[in-house]
Amino acid sequence: MSEQPLFTARGLRKAFPGVVALDGVDLEVYAGRVVALLGENGAGKSTLVKILSGVHQPDEGSMAFQGAPYAPRSAAVALDAGIGMVHQETNLLPGLSVMENIAIGRLPLNRGLIDYDALRAHARTHLERVGLADVDPATPVARLSVGARQKVEIAKALALEARLLVLDEPTAALSREDAQILFELIDDLRSQGVGFIYISHRLYEIPRVADAVVVLRDGARVAGWSRGDVATEDIIQAMVGREVDEQFPDPPDTVGEELLRAEGLTRHGAFTDVDLTVRRGEILGIAGLVGAGRTELARALTGADLLDAGQVYLEGEAVRVRTPEEAAQAGIAMVPEDRKEHGLALDQLVRDNATYPMLERAVEGGLVRPSTLNRLTEQLAERVDLRGSPHQTAATLSGGNQQKVVIAKWLPREPDVVIFDEPTRGVDVGAKQAIYRIIRELVTQGKGVIVISSELPEVLGLAHRVAVLSRGRLTGELPRAEATERAVMQLAVKG
Amino acid sequence: MTDIDEQATTAPPEAEARGAGEIRGFAERLLSGSGPLLGLIVLCTVLAVMAPNFLTVGNLFNVFQQITVLAVLALGGTAVIITKGIDLSVGSVLGLGGAVAGWTFAAAGLPMAVAIVAGISVGALAGLINGLLITYGRLPPFVATLAMLSVARGLALVITGGQPITGYPDWFRWVATFRLFGVIPVSVLFVAALFVLGSMYLRYRPTGRALYAIGGNEEVARLSGINVRRAKLKVYTAAGALAALGGLFLTARLNSAQPTAGTTLELDVIAAVVIGGASLNGGSGRVSGTLVGALIIGVIRNGLNLLGVSSFWQQIVIGAVIAVAVMTDTLRKPAEG
Repeated sequence: MSEQPLFTARGLRKAFPGVVALDGVDLEVYAGRVVALLGENGAGKSTLVKILSGVHQPDEGSMAFQGAPYAPRSAAVALDAGIGMVHQETNLLPGLSVMENIAIGRLPLNRGLIDYDALRAHARTHLERVGLADVDPATPVARLSVGARQKVEIAKALALEARLLVLDEPTAALSREDAQILFELIDDLRSQGVGFIYISHRLYEIPRVADAVVVLRDGARVAGWSRGDVATEDIIQAMVGREVDEQFPDPPDTVGEELLRAEGLTRHGAFTDVDLTVRRGEILGIAGLVGAGRTELARALTGADLLDAGQVYLEGEAVRVRTPEEAAQAGIAMVPEDRKEHGLALDQLVRDNATYPMLERAVEGGLVRPSTLNRLTEQLAERVDLRGSPHQTAATLSGGNQQKVVIAKWLPREPDVVIFDEPTRGVDVGAKQAIYRIIRELVTQGKGVIVISSELPEVLGLAHRVAVLSRGRLTGELPRAEATERAVMQLAVKG
Repeated sequence: MTDIDEQATTAPPEAEARGAGEIRGFAERLLSGSGPLLGLIVLCTVLAVMAPNFLTVGNLFNVFQQITVLAVLALGGTAVIITKGIDLSVGSVLGLGGAVAGWTFAAAGLPMAVAIVAGISVGALAGLINGLLITYGRLPPFVATLAMLSVARGLALVITGGQPITGYPDWFRWVATFRLFGVIPVSVLFVAALFVLGSMYLRYRPTGRALYAIGGNEEVARLSGINVRRAKLKVYTAAGALAALGGLFLTARLNSAQPTAGTTLELDVIAAVVIGGASLNGGSGRVSGTLVGALIIGVIRNGLNLLGVSSFWQQIVIGAVIAVAVMTDTLRKPAEG
């Protein structure tokens, strides 16, 4: 192609402590074209987008936009330059009107007061461009549908004269019809010369929307096509294209009789009609893309959220899990996805965090003695190989050690079923191995384990059996022998 | 989107975090542990020099006696604030508790013992309603207890017809007036016992320790199997009962149940708890700190009285002390952004 690209990135590199998120990535986007940026969770897409939008600065490499060098130091600079971002969850202020959202930060003034007539006219122009001509600019954003909000966000970017739009999972929350309308809008803007970077996990959309495809894996660009109609097979191959690491030995041969059975689990808007079983001594892996309903399922199984329908059985007996307290009493525990929000009270001591689920059981002579808690914590610390003192605050532990505390706090209650949601997220290699060892120990003791992870090799390496969720539905179950990355990905993008 | 960069940025390098943690931990110990006590000692030293009659046994017990009512309410306030809550209704509930007891004894003609039970029960009920509004009604504690502030005060006025109810049995008044060995007020001993129990409860009972978990991170507490609703109901109920108990102490001391008793006392309660080192962000606070906080308020009032400073100026000094105390809470936290 002889024309100049709208945007170019050359050799972008970005490292965070312990991980290289981007390793020498090139990217070019032409005016009036859509580049699909694909990759598994953790491949580096978000880092790339954050560099482009000024949130992070690259360690190495350079960018050019509209023929000039481009090195944004902040999100505001990127917006001014003409690069707009539309996120999966929109960044609009729900209580404000559509017109205020579109012009926020640069409201038109007339003698020091907001000029509402000008504001309305301004909003109308841009709403027309995104096909929202019939929306009253004074409507609060909260009253709009998700699809309409996304368009308002695009209008907002266009109002800033964006020449390049980054759409991050724009269809994740949209119905098929709304997605089609969005594609038409993209076509329209494309004909006006706007360039797009389009991020999606829905690979079937790619031929429809993209003019070029770039695949990232482990922070590197591993494949690129200058056409959009690439076979899903080829994309998946590029996305996963690695052997399962040798760091996973076969799981212990401990599978026994049925322990947990769940039937018809439904939580509206999250997952529908999911059946699951876990046997004693079994590790069940749950795979699926972000937004497939995995975490929501785990939360409902442990009473963190309520189920709308379905029944959970433990050893054949129906159990109620409407609160985490009931789940814990029944013998189901969860190590949550977000340890900082749901796992730990960060400002409090490791000792207190490690003993919250067992305060009632630590009573001796009517009292919980700090010395008892100290002793219990020390025992637990040894069991999970905790590097840290019971008397430091949880915030001062490394990610891996924080995670060990979140796991350790359930061990004394001897739960029958332990659900691990992203057990090794943000955890270093050493701690990962320790966490895998604890998981294996639990099944050797005859407990059932569910592991949810976005890192496919982890799920495949640990699990006896893998269940795959896509858009809230169970799309298949694979025994270990058949659970290849490719097979899982195919089930995960089904829908 | 959960991508690798977010993971990395949320896991700070261990050494750096530990260093910052140590400095912060030290500051925290200094300010929340011995800080208020240190402040109290300095205050007493200054007053001892400036007001010759400050540092006498009799006067010190006066200070204790003057803060008994505040201290009883602040005990409940400590538990509430540990859970990251707030109770604005305690001043009014104090008035209501006293009014109900007074009415039960004087108007209904029932024995004083029954009146005491009635007063405390009504206080507990007001607290329970606060708790229900907060847990099941999902009202922010500020709003729920603001509503109760108004309702309880109104009820106190309705019951008393706006008039004080006077004339109580001697044994009841004795609680507030009798001094053991001629110096130690019985009410002070009573409050001391309550504080020991309260301190033990928060430190050694599972349900007491759970309050710190709730204030530290309510969702973490819930996911750890702690019954957060039940714990909150208990805390607000206890705060209400203690407020009514404070009302009885006040009635005994004045030999009169005033319907307007305790007006704006809730603000002194919050001040005492906060000066004592508890954080309005929840998850921290100690009964001993609250006692020191209440004493600081009491000593300032008493000392300034002895020095002949007007009560108008006392308010200004107490306001300044609150601001300084809360600044030590906010400034020891790392700045955001």
